[in-house]
Amino acid sequence: MHHSLTIDQDVCWGCTHCMKQCPTQAIRIHDGHAHVLSGLCINCGQCLHACPHGAIRIEQTPFGEVTRYARRVAIVPAIFFAQFPDTYTIPHICQAIRQLGFTDLYLAESGVDVLNQLSPRIIPKTGLTISNYCPAVMKLIQMRYPLLLEDLTLRRPPSQIMAMFARAEILAEGVDAQTIGVFYFTPCAAKIAQIKTTGSDESRLFQGAINMDTAYNKVREYLSSHKTPDPSLPDGFTFPGCTASALLWSTVKGECIGVTERAMAVDEMHNVIDFLEQLEEDENTNLNFLELDACAEGCAGGVLTVRNRFLANERLRHWAQSLPSELDDALQERIDQYQDIIRNDMEMERPIPSEALVWDTDTSKAIHKMENSRMIANALPGIDCGLCGAPTCRTLAEDIARSEASIRQCVVLKLKDPKLMNQLSKIWGDRSLGKGLYNGSDVS
Amino acid sequence: MHAEYAVPAKDFSVAGAAASAIKQILKKLGINPLVIKRIVVATFEAEVNVIAHSYGGKVVLDVDESGVTVQVIDTGPGIPDLNLAMQEGWSTASDEVRALGYGAGMGLPNIKKNADKLDIVTKAGDHTHITMFFKIA
Repeated sequence: MHHSLTIDQDVCWGCTHCMKQCPTQAIRIHDGHAHVLSGLCINCGQCLHACPHGAIRIEQTPFGEVTRYARRVAIVPAIFFAQFPDTYTIPHICQAIRQLGFTDLYLAESGVDVLNQLSPRIIPKTGLTISNYCPAVMKLIQMRYPLLLEDLTLRRPPSQIMAMFARAEILAEGVDAQTIGVFYFTPCAAKIAQIKTTGSDESRLFQGAINMDTAYNKVREYLSSHKTPDPSLPDGFTFPGCTASALLWSTVKGECIGVTERAMAVDEMHNVIDFLEQLEEDENTNLNFLELDACAEGCAGGVLTVRNRFLANERLRHWAQSLPSELDDALQERIDQYQDIIRNDMEMERPIPSEALVWDTDTSKAIHKMENSRMIANALPGIDCGLCGAPTCRTLAEDIARSEASIRQCVVLKLKDPKLMNQLSKIWGDRSLGKGLYNGSDVS
Repeated sequence: MHAEYAVPAKDFSVAGAAASAIKQILKKLGINPLVIKRIVVATFEAEVNVIAHSYGGKVVLDVDESGVTVQVIDTGPGIPDLNLAMQEGWSTASDEVRALGYGAGMGLPNIKKNADKLDIVTKAGDHTHITMFFKIA
């Protein structure tokens, strides 16, 4: 799987903020900079929020690539429009996106209506269905909770459906397939990683991803020199329809709207991890549908968004109030025209587990490493200071046991000067000999 | 490899802590997820038994190439009639424990179902020592 977060080594000075924040312990500091262990990274972007220096970059498709295509299709999630205050109307923002060079503009959430019309969602009354909407959560489940992959819904998320629908409409005009470029405006790094993963559904359906902050700057620049919409220019969506409930899909509980079975949403990565750990151990939740959002407040909290997430979601809800509860007949007929194409390709392949967490495919070697790591952890101070370049003492011990670090990295163990030790013990107590993370009982 | 986890009496808020810690270790060892699941379910049941019925105890994990051994050792008061306790639905749990959603009498039968080998040493007035073995190869 592709990995979309990189650290700008010229800007990063190894301050440890990102390392401490990473929910999958995928960051280490060495040579004065932070480094991402790509096998463990789920592209959630928490590091980007944590970085005080703006050193974390998210890869994107160069904007210029859009112009390689004669038909330039933007699939834009509703949350993009909510990045702007009400002074900019939706048609005005649409006009700006089109003036950036996009010939066709589709709202990603219209895909919810397309899906609902062609294959109404059925949540089984027994067992659990887990949403596949959040790409960072998908990767987390692949890496940490392989047994839960069976519970994932395989229905394509709305943005994919809209990409298929847009392409089908344009192909129906007789346009050459090679000249169509479909681009997604993404609020998060995880979606880019999916689109850039060779052979993935996303890489087939989208020709590129435009980071939401980049698109925001371009649209904002246009709007600041075009304060009012120009009536002579096109100003709407190519498919001008979205229902109120579809528009709210990316908000927390947005996917639970209309689910009559037992449904629940969990947002923010550490909550998601806590919950999945529990779910994996105990199936007696009575839940039938589970929505999981890596970001607090859902996509409005995506790392590439620019506006306060609460305000952004408020604008979405306000916008939804002006939308109908169902699409009109003309739009429904338009969807029906492409029903065969979409119905034939409605499901994605079941994601496969990743082995990134396993220490060694040879069990006896893995056991040996585990024994070593626990022995080493007992010698470490257990204060998780991060000076060694690992997020916790336990992580350092694990890295050492796997020959990826050295015990010499522990700065606290090196403090031999009695005067210095005496000073430090006023702060930490006597930890010089190691706290003994695994001495006695692991759980107290 | 060896690890031990203390299990307190009557503190249901920590039920599952040992099972959860064991799960984290086994995942890193690359044990089949389906086997891990059985180990976690059986350990959890035994842990709850210690909390609900005993004066406290511990869970002991040992892993080698042949398999995973989980021992659950409490400090008493022992199971007076093990044959009865092994029957589904039989429980001596107090109303207080049942009110918490435990005590359905499925604990020991569930452990037996999930473990590849189960050995229980107990007698009334003495401690209970459960040894579960799970094949990993």
